Amino acid sequence: MTTSIRADRREFLRVSAIAGGGLLLGTYIESAGALEALAAAPGAPLAETALGNYISIAADGMVTIVAKNPEIGQGVKNMLPMLIAEELDVEWKNVRIVQGDLDTVKFQGQSAGGSTATPTNWLPMRRVGAAGRAMIVAAAAQTWNVPAGELTTAAGRVHHKASNRSVGYGDLLAKAATMTAPALESVPLKDPKDFTIIGKSTKGVDIPKIVTGKPLFGIDVSVPGMLYAVYHKCPVFAGKVASANLDDIKKIPGVKHAFVVQGTTPTQLAGLVSGVAIVADSWWTANSARKQLKVTWDEGATASQSSASYQAQAEAFSKGTPQRNLRKDGDADSAMSAAGVKMVKGGYFYPFISHAPLEPQNTTAHWKDGKLELWSPSQTPAGGRGLVSRSLGIPETDITLHLTRMGGGFGRRLYNEPMVEAAAIAKQVGAPVKLLWTREDDMHYDQYRAAGWHYFSGAVDASGKLVAWKNHFVGFGDGERFAPSAGMGAGEFPAGFIANYALDVSMIPTGVPTGALRAPGSNGIAFAVQSFIDELAEAAGKDPIQFRLDLLSNTPIAPPAPAAGQQPAPAGLDGARMRGVLEMVREKSGWANRSSLPKGTGMGVGFHYSHRGYFAEVVQATVRKDGEVQVDKVWVAGDIGSVIINPSNAENQAQGCVIDGLSEAFGQEITIQNGRAVQSNYNNHPMLRMNEAPPIEVHWVKSNNAPTGLGEPALPPVVPALTSAIYAATGKRVRTLPISKHDLSWR
Amino acid sequence: MKVSFRVNGKPASVDVAEDMPLLWILRDVLDLKGSKYGCGIGQCGACTVHVKGVATKSCQLPASKLAGADVTTIEGLSPDGSHALQKAWEEHDVPQCGYCQAGQIMAAAALLAKKPKPTDSDIDTAMNGNLCRCGTYLRIKAAIRSASGTTTTDAPSGGRSGQREEAHA
Repeated sequence: MTTSIRADRREFLRVSAIAGGGLLLGTYIESAGALEALAAAPGAPLAETALGNYISIAADGMVTIVAKNPEIGQGVKNMLPMLIAEELDVEWKNVRIVQGDLDTVKFQGQSAGGSTATPTNWLPMRRVGAAGRAMIVAAAAQTWNVPAGELTTAAGRVHHKASNRSVGYGDLLAKAATMTAPALESVPLKDPKDFTIIGKSTKGVDIPKIVTGKPLFGIDVSVPGMLYAVYHKCPVFAGKVASANLDDIKKIPGVKHAFVVQGTTPTQLAGLVSGVAIVADSWWTANSARKQLKVTWDEGATASQSSASYQAQAEAFSKGTPQRNLRKDGDADSAMSAAGVKMVKGGYFYPFISHAPLEPQNTTAHWKDGKLELWSPSQTPAGGRGLVSRSLGIPETDITLHLTRMGGGFGRRLYNEPMVEAAAIAKQVGAPVKLLWTREDDMHYDQYRAAGWHYFSGAVDASGKLVAWKNHFVGFGDGERFAPSAGMGAGEFPAGFIANYALDVSMIPTGVPTGALRAPGSNGIAFAVQSFIDELAEAAGKDPIQFRLDLLSNTPIAPPAPAAGQQPAPAGLDGARMRGVLEMVREKSGWANRSSLPKGTGMGVGFHYSHRGYFAEVVQATVRKDGEVQVDKVWVAGDIGSVIINPSNAENQAQGCVIDGLSEAFGQEITIQNGRAVQSNYNNHPMLRMNEAPPIEVHWVKSNNAPTGLGEPALPPVVPALTSAIYAATGKRVRTLPISKHDLSWR
Repeated sequence: MKVSFRVNGKPASVDVAEDMPLLWILRDVLDLKGSKYGCGIGQCGACTVHVKGVATKSCQLPASKLAGADVTTIEGLSPDGSHALQKAWEEHDVPQCGYCQAGQIMAAAALLAKKPKPTDSDIDTAMNGNLCRCGTYLRIKAAIRSASGTTTTDAPSGGRSGQREEAHA
């Protein structure tokens, strides 16, 4: 039995009985032919109509929920099913979770990025669960011949108080499958005070497998008859293979294939780039063969670029007229030259850095009978499938893509070069192939966090009020458009909070691939902007937190009307919400007592709004006389809405963001020499280790806003909070990252 | 070369290149995927196993030095995931992505076998070779304490030098 009714403009609910008396509930998205397919095959088994499902309930009451989004460690494999289970009103211990494959007919938004899963799924996933509950309640009402309004549910059972009857969901499935599905958009949702799962910690669903070493990750995929591949690319970005000693390589015992892959033209750095594929009976053999590989490269134009040349260009820009203005409110120049104001200038820099997720890039691919099957750790599986389709001329309908758990993402796996490389190799080889990059490949061919330069000037008046702010931002781009994730927007704070404000930009052309690293843009901009606010607070003679609270209390200025053909500036942050987290972190950190800290120990603060989240953080750091820095403690205050869906995971994410930000600030930098990345592994692109990890307190402001995401927004503030703490401890202002390049010794 | 050793209490015999590290023998020859590849140079610890009870980075141990070794991997730490550390990892909801955690648990298990009541400094020393890219160090430490029935002051013992790292740049 199959029922379907139109629920809203795009999404439909579908319900089916399944074998063994189970119930299957799914939504599907309106697409050409979907309704026709349904009309043509009413009652057909679900598998045959290829329509999706989120929930299946077995006769014993066990509930299986499909987690549609890719899991990179952000906890989405728990979070989305929690939303469904809550409204279905079942017990979490009776829920099993399975990972969905890529299916753009069944599911919307199967990606991991931008901290978007919570805000975009908060209502839709709850509605799926609520619709299931409504149909089970309707089935009970019909069975007992009582009004549905007299029935309640709890823990997977329906209750009728007046007659003292109750029944488990598993006993109602056959009838529930005959009920009319409710409209998703209007199905009643629980009052948050009645939540039993949302807001309660659930443990990561894959932990039992993780702690016993079961295969889970992309690198663990094993297919019968599988071969192993490495892919050797030019050390200069976008360089091409001219020739290679393939015949020598093919003679190495264990090597099955060696060939040149041409790559797509023009070169897409996030696509299929020219290289040499070596395929062998073990990965170790394939990778070892690279030692004997001799390639003549056509290095291309990027070989003339280096970090030093970028630095020289940025400095030249800083002394000249900016290429363009992105926003102008009032008249910053006049305000800075007015009598009685104190002017401050500061230039800030942050470098390229690598994502360096612990699981190196990989994909397993099998080309057979004109169809491609892929197993890939990808944050953007639909994008990856599209890239493979376009690059290799395989229709998307002939590509099956299985999502694997990922050993970290951080934005690296938004880009799908390993997927398209594995597909290209497998298509040529005709056997299942696992492509695995080495750590060095991973660090040498990243889509790096873009470096950036901010040349600030600002002024405070005699009362200590911030009256003018100018930022000449130098980033990477072609002069018209910024390189990927290398730009800065006209809505970026403090735009809108200062009457006389200007954001000017200039762009340096680059051949280095740039991309989104956790809290893209924000992870560098927050360091520069918040640090310069600290400099202005000092000039004003104000407490750094009070100076910020005053700034956030200004009446927001609407962005200027966009020029013809330009997008309007996005809405800026909500000053009241940011003041809320600043006030909380001030209280929790004991900020008022910081003057009693010993010499060499200081506190610093930073805040930042990104990905809909409000975060303020305080770092307490001690700098020894020889310059060694120890982070004593970090306090985090965040506002991501009215409820923290999974508190245990939320704390873990926020603490992880802090550790990540500290690692970036202390020691990470990718330098470019002759168009190549210099750093290669964790020994020269370091992360914090256990003995360096400080205690981190996490506190939440529960504001009256729908919940939003948490993978990213807790990261940016910790970087300026750390450098400001170092300033408070030593009087040394860190204006360029990483910190490791500075001598912080003091007397 | 042919080499025989023991893995998780059972004899293993493989015929591989003499420079092939134990990590790849485990993963690709013996199909034990729990030990992970992260760096290949002994920096991250994701490949940590026990050799005669000592925490060892399996990416640094070639087949040529493996004869007769007694190796325990995460798959052999307990028959059913019941080691005190495995239970503590779940109790403290430690992992984010989970990729490093098998190596973390093996490093911690070697520590507790030698020193059942470790100090903070013992934990830092034993665990400092294991990176967690997600930054779950606080929970890893809490889980080790919990499994060993110890408590701590919660303060970091090390610092990061302003100058020491300069060499890399």
